[in-house]
Amino acid sequence: MVEHLQADGEEPCVTLDAFLDQSNATAVRLESDEDARALIPFLDRLKLIEVAFPKFRDGRGYSSGRILREAGFTGELRAQGDVLVDQIAYLKRCGFDSFAPEKTLNPADVEAALSRWPEHYQGAADGAVPIWKLRHG
Amino acid sequence: MYKYDEYDQQMVDARVAEFADQVKRRLAGEITEDQFKPLRLMNGLYLQLHAYMLRVAVPYGTLESRQMRMLAHIARKYDRDYGHFTTRQNIQYNWIKLEDAPAILADLASVEMHAIQTSGNCIRNISSDQWAGAAADELTDPRPWAELLRQWSSFHPEFSYLPRKFKIAVIAAEEDRAAMRLHDIGIQIVEKDGVHGAAFYVGGGMGRTPMIAPLIKDFVPLDDLLSYTEACLRVYNRYGRRDNIYKARIKILIHELGADEYRRQVEEEFAHVKSLGIDPPKAEFDRIAAQFAMPPLDASAPDAIDRGDPDFAVWVDQNVAAHKVAGHAIVNISLKPLGGIPGDASSAQIDLMADLAERYSHDELRVTHAQNIVLPHVRKADLFAIWQALDAAGLATPNLDLISDIIACPGLDYCSLANARSIPVAQKIAQRFADPARQRDLGELKLKISGCINACGHHHAGHIGILGVDRKGTENYQLLLGGSGAEDVSLGTITGPGFDEDGIVDAIERVTDKYLAERADGERFVDTYRRVGMAPFKEAIYG
Repeated sequence: MVEHLQADGEEPCVTLDAFLDQSNATAVRLESDEDARALIPFLDRLKLIEVAFPKFRDGRGYSSGRILREAGFTGELRAQGDVLVDQIAYLKRCGFDSFAPEKTLNPADVEAALSRWPEHYQGAADGAVPIWKLRHG
Repeated sequence: MYKYDEYDQQMVDARVAEFADQVKRRLAGEITEDQFKPLRLMNGLYLQLHAYMLRVAVPYGTLESRQMRMLAHIARKYDRDYGHFTTRQNIQYNWIKLEDAPAILADLASVEMHAIQTSGNCIRNISSDQWAGAAADELTDPRPWAELLRQWSSFHPEFSYLPRKFKIAVIAAEEDRAAMRLHDIGIQIVEKDGVHGAAFYVGGGMGRTPMIAPLIKDFVPLDDLLSYTEACLRVYNRYGRRDNIYKARIKILIHELGADEYRRQVEEEFAHVKSLGIDPPKAEFDRIAAQFAMPPLDASAPDAIDRGDPDFAVWVDQNVAAHKVAGHAIVNISLKPLGGIPGDASSAQIDLMADLAERYSHDELRVTHAQNIVLPHVRKADLFAIWQALDAAGLATPNLDLISDIIACPGLDYCSLANARSIPVAQKIAQRFADPARQRDLGELKLKISGCINACGHHHAGHIGILGVDRKGTENYQLLLGGSGAEDVSLGTITGPGFDEDGIVDAIERVTDKYLAERADGERFVDTYRRVGMAPFKEAIYG
């Protein structure tokens, strides 16, 4: 399920430092230069991790997303910031399931971008079966 | 030759549809040039000084005749009847109209080609040894591994917004014909106890801070090739510098961390990544490798060559290399005719090379990083006929690896980044050393010219390198000596103050004269330079 807008009335995200200090929060925001692995001991009780994309060119968040999913995070993983329609499909493959773009995206463009690629060459964090596996059953 | 299956074809077809839609939105004014720029760059479309430039990927430099003919068709239909082969074994078209770009990509897709990831901060075209599968000295054909990496890196969701562009080369011979250690990752397929594995050299590169890649791992089992590469990239994506475009390549990260610490981080990441199951089974490698099988060569092909024509004999000695199968040879077609533009070929020449490949080389051609073309599987008995056809088309210049076989970037004649022109300097040097006997006497001498510090013309790796700079508004050329992109890899050293366009040609002549005076038996230019050092050359240049 892909959401394109931030839900109303949800718990605000705390910073990573604040989270590590007073760890009863269930929503945390990870800046692009912060280490996603610092959250690994706490994934069970986190409902939301928001990963910052200060510029679309800053691709560190893609690794953060995969690392969190690879560590078993099952809550909401949100990409926030300079998130453009042409990045949505890659973000989804890296485990993001919600998006809070600074500039509103055209839903039709988003759907087109997400349905563009029927298969993928490589495994990632979205559970897609890579092409090499499709070839060999 | 690797053939696309339905999956490969659907990837490039989807890309064509996507880009056609993006161009439509741009032409309709729905997106700005700023928003469009990263999208067109992902498809190899640059905006240069005078027009759009389209860079087409030639994976590991391998082409079949119908693909080569399509490159001629594009030159004829959409450009000014020529194309420019590049140091990444690709081809560029310099005079493209934006509205034609989707049709060009569709034409390319019809022959299993594309322009995917030929620019942008992503994993670029995988390069390889242009003699792969044919060279007498190779351990195995490196291209199946390059193809495996091509597929893995295409539309990689985690590594499409890296700190900076990322270049990978794969070789499998001791002689390095791909400048492997000047890549972000250079992979050499090696053998240990009868088993093949991959040596990983990481953090090489040219640009304004040239570095030779250190050995990060001497033997990665081939079952781990993709996970190890993924671990190398993930450490870079997370920790490579993003604060300064000039310090963003992986070479700077590894230089700042130190090779040992980078290796430790990669090993730690690899231990995790290996558990994700991203490496395809051997059956997938075997499926790919089968398509690179040696073509059915003529087992009874005679070994003798009739050297009766002296011009033909000179060309054979200079441009033909040893093939692994008796009675066969590797033909190197020089795209460096006297006074020409290095790497340029007309559509008629491209078609002719395609015809020769179809008739004499089992339908195969290669593009070399030195901007030449190779016919990899030729019967020695056919060499004379090939030479005659090439000669008639101005393609039989017998100068492979000689001083006029110059690598040059497009320079200020085309490129919006350049500080100085490269092409006229290359032409003047070739004219100065026009006498073929003089060139042969000088022997192997790799001369490389870049029109700016980004080093697309590989000047750091030239036995003689030239770097064009802007000095108070005028073009100025610095001279470097002693570089090499081969297995004896080294970085050139600047001789001293730079020169104007004519001055640099004179300076090179003083350098080659000094070499002739100093050389010992059997020494190439670079060997003499390494033995005697810079001082005698400096004195010869500056007095």
